[in-house]
Amino acid sequence: MDTRDALMTGTTSDGRLVRRPLSPHLQVYRPQITSVLSISHRITGVALAVGTFLLVSWLMSAAAGPVAFAEAQAFMGSVLGRLMLFFWTLALFYHFCNGIRHLAWDAGHGYDLESVTRTGWFTVGAAVGLTLFAWVLGYALMG
Amino acid sequence: MGEAKLTRSSLRSGLGRVRGLGAAKEGVNHWWAQRVTALALVPLTLWFVASVVVLAGADHAAVTAWIARPLNTVLLLCLVGATFWHAGLGLQVVIEDYIHRESMRIAVLLAAKAVLLLGALSGILAVLRVAL
Repeated sequence: MDTRDALMTGTTSDGRLVRRPLSPHLQVYRPQITSVLSISHRITGVALAVGTFLLVSWLMSAAAGPVAFAEAQAFMGSVLGRLMLFFWTLALFYHFCNGIRHLAWDAGHGYDLESVTRTGWFTVGAAVGLTLFAWVLGYALMG
Repeated sequence: MGEAKLTRSSLRSGLGRVRGLGAAKEGVNHWWAQRVTALALVPLTLWFVASVVVLAGADHAAVTAWIARPLNTVLLLCLVGATFWHAGLGLQVVIEDYIHRESMRIAVLLAAKAVLLLGALSGILAVLRVAL
């Protein structure tokens, strides 16, 4: 029993006390682009919070000296390191693009169902496109 | 009389009335800070990803020289600060939403904030140590 349980108690119009239903029931609803992108924003947010420590360890290794830095670079360059970095980039660009979508909503734009669906798919495309662009460019510059 | 007690005359919840607490005077601080840091992170993230792409495969000397350039130092400090602040606000909402037992919620919240603070300070220290 916590605050939310207490707040779920309500009264009907004839004064009867009732327990309000909990919504949404995720196991009942069919996944839609809106709900899937919404929970993805949270999941990528949490993943990025964890991944931020990757960025910090890279900066720490640079501060520690050439040996530590070479070790960090070797890990980032390994198959596992590259996979982590790739999905970190994808999560970052997804959260980035969908975050801009959220800021547009906060400013009052794009609330109708058609816009929400369109900007949703655009967000997915932009995130994948930006990720691939960054990686192709990175490999091209490395030679 | 019983009828009168059940009539809702204000928008305050029953629990709110029982606890007798007013506004915490924080208003939209959390919500606004999350948006401000998000807005700051738009250019900072683009700059950082572009820089890392250019730095891909660079050795220690090249990377430290890049960090030590004054503009990059300042932007990196802004990036680390805004990222960890934004992450703290976001994780707080997730923790508050999904952990229902109050003691556990407070414990996880404090632990998460502590770890994020350590991360932020480590990042800032690393940048300053290279730059100064």
